[in-house]
Amino acid sequence: MTALIHLTGVQKYYGDYHALRGIDLEIRKGEFFSLLGPSGCGKTTLLRTIAGFETVSSGTLMIDGKDMKGVPANLRPTNMVFQSYAIFPHLSVGENVGFGLRKYPMTKDEKARAVGEALEMVGLGGYGARAAHALSGGQRQRVALARALILKPKVLLLDEPLSALDKKMREQMQVELIKLQRQVGITFILVTHDQEEALVMSDRIAVMFEGEIGQLADPETLYRRPNSRRVAEFIGKMNFLPGEVTKLGERITVEVPGLGTSEIGKEQAPGGAKLGRSLIGVRPETLAIQFEGEATDRRVADATVDEVVYYGDMTYYDVRIAGIEKPLTISMKNLIGRPVLDVGTRTRVIWDERSLVVLAR
Amino acid sequence: MRISVLGIYAILYLIFLYAPIVLLPIFAFNDATIIAFPLTGFTTGWFAELATNTALHGAVRNSLFIALMSAVIATGLGTMAARAGATGEFPFKRGIIGFIMLPLVLPEIIIAVALLVILVQILGMNLSNWTVIGAHVLICTPFSIAILNGAFQNLDPSMEEAALDLGETRLSAFRLVTLPLVMPGIISSLLISFTISLDEFIIAFFLTGSNPTMPVYIWGLLRFPASLPVIMALGTILVTLSIILLTIAEYFRRRGNARAGIKDTGGFL
Ligand SMILES: Nc1ncnc2c1ncn2[C@@H]1O[C@H](COP(=O)(O)OP(=O)(O)O)[C@@H](O)[C@H]1O
Ligand SMILES: [Mg+2]
Repeated sequence: MTALIHLTGVQKYYGDYHALRGIDLEIRKGEFFSLLGPSGCGKTTLLRTIAGFETVSSGTLMIDGKDMKGVPANLRPTNMVFQSYAIFPHLSVGENVGFGLRKYPMTKDEKARAVGEALEMVGLGGYGARAAHALSGGQRQRVALARALILKPKVLLLDEPLSALDKKMREQMQVELIKLQRQVGITFILVTHDQEEALVMSDRIAVMFEGEIGQLADPETLYRRPNSRRVAEFIGKMNFLPGEVTKLGERITVEVPGLGTSEIGKEQAPGGAKLGRSLIGVRPETLAIQFEGEATDRRVADATVDEVVYYGDMTYYDVRIAGIEKPLTISMKNLIGRPVLDVGTRTRVIWDERSLVVLAR
Repeated sequence: MRISVLGIYAILYLIFLYAPIVLLPIFAFNDATIIAFPLTGFTTGWFAELATNTALHGAVRNSLFIALMSAVIATGLGTMAARAGATGEFPFKRGIIGFIMLPLVLPEIIIAVALLVILVQILGMNLSNWTVIGAHVLICTPFSIAILNGAFQNLDPSMEEAALDLGETRLSAFRLVTLPLVMPGIISSLLISFTISLDEFIIAFFLTGSNPTMPVYIWGLLRFPASLPVIMALGTILVTLSIILLTIAEYFRRRGNARAGIKDTGGFL
């Protein structure tokens, strides 16, 4: 796949405020790309820079091989779905969707057909004559999508498009957006602060912190092998253990008090490993309680149950292991026959060297 | 029924406010030259006299022309200033906006004298309808900004960006999206500026040329006691017209709010 968007050393200042601190990024043709990060990290700024609503202070932005310096938003091959949707309230749904076609050399009939097809595509067939200001949140978003996609842009930019919807609607729209993206084959760039949303929808995700990209990877790599503590903290739940890297080479040797010595692969230190004290991460679902009568050939450690949180389908245990200062969180599926342990129960924790990650400080 | 002190106060206050205005139509339809009770009889003669007074017709035409021009120019300037104030970024923004709102609180007599000195003494211009229009634009623009400020502030900045994003230029985006959305505010501003200019006296008195405006003409009539009932008749028409215009202005202001989905928090009426 070829790169459609190329950012090199892109910086953005708002007065004295350094909003983008050197972004290097390649976004491929046809991919579903997400910008994920906490509020205020510069996601919207980056998206608006690509759209042409903000000028870059330094660095270059190329779209489809062309330098976008000095190219205004109306001449860029991008279209945007705004966070507020920005549906024109004085126009009908059909007029909103057909707005971008005004300057196209098409007959009235052709335009009407295109609007009809675009509405059909987002599941609003027959809504063309409705007044736009009377639509529900979900419908407004569909209109915004149709209005942008009717122009067949090279890139569709979406700024937190689902954050205004309730949970059920949001989950439904996630699936619909993925389907839509596959159907039209247009590059989507989604801005979100919801890690789950990014994991579910994206081909690749850039995690941003304070105007910088912390890690860029596909969802599975990002989840399983975060490169730093802040990425690990932002995405899912993670136990952090103090440890030590004692040997570097083809394989890396790490000592973790309470869990002993392990040899791990290089890919388990995506941020790079250095000799000496290091932070080791391990996800709750990669650990397990060894229940009565369950055998294992994996490594185990003696533990005491410190806290139990019951979620119905899952139970979260905090367990203490001798040698580890803070309790470890473990999530267990409540399978048939499995008891929910009480606080204070002595048990054993099953773990695996393959689930350790060395995090850059 | 118990009437509270506050209730009595409110009634007295309303009488104080509206009694003079209520007297206008009463004497306009009374068939006596002297303005006094008891009323002597009903007539529409004073209105008929209005219809034949050509000097008055000239003054009304002047006033309508001045009010129309002032309203259009002040609203044009107000639109630009309000938009800049709501969406623009430039140095000393607050100071500049504050400065153009200042005529709102300046005494009109000061504005009138100052303009007279500048226009006649310094610039050597002749007084005409246009000097009055210039001064009325000065006092109407702050009202226009105040009205339109709300309209622009309530506007989602993404609206215009969305139009840009869909291929429109800045100018066509403004025309196709922003302008229709602030139109209720613009109509409201036009009507209020028109009303302010129409009955403005002090500035017009100082700056008017050989053709007086309507308020200046009325003031001239006051020297002849016999013409008082005619003035009452004219006043009745003006009050009715003002109320109608302000009601229409308020209707558009509310419609603008409703369209932007804002809860109404009072206003002119
Ligand atoms: N027009 C602006 N002027 C000044 N600062 C801005 C402007 N837009 C955004 N910022 C600042 O830049 C930072 C990043 O903002 P934004 O890109 O909107 O963050 P995000 O979308 O990730 O929440 C924030 O601290 C914000 O206050
Ligand atoms: Mg944002």
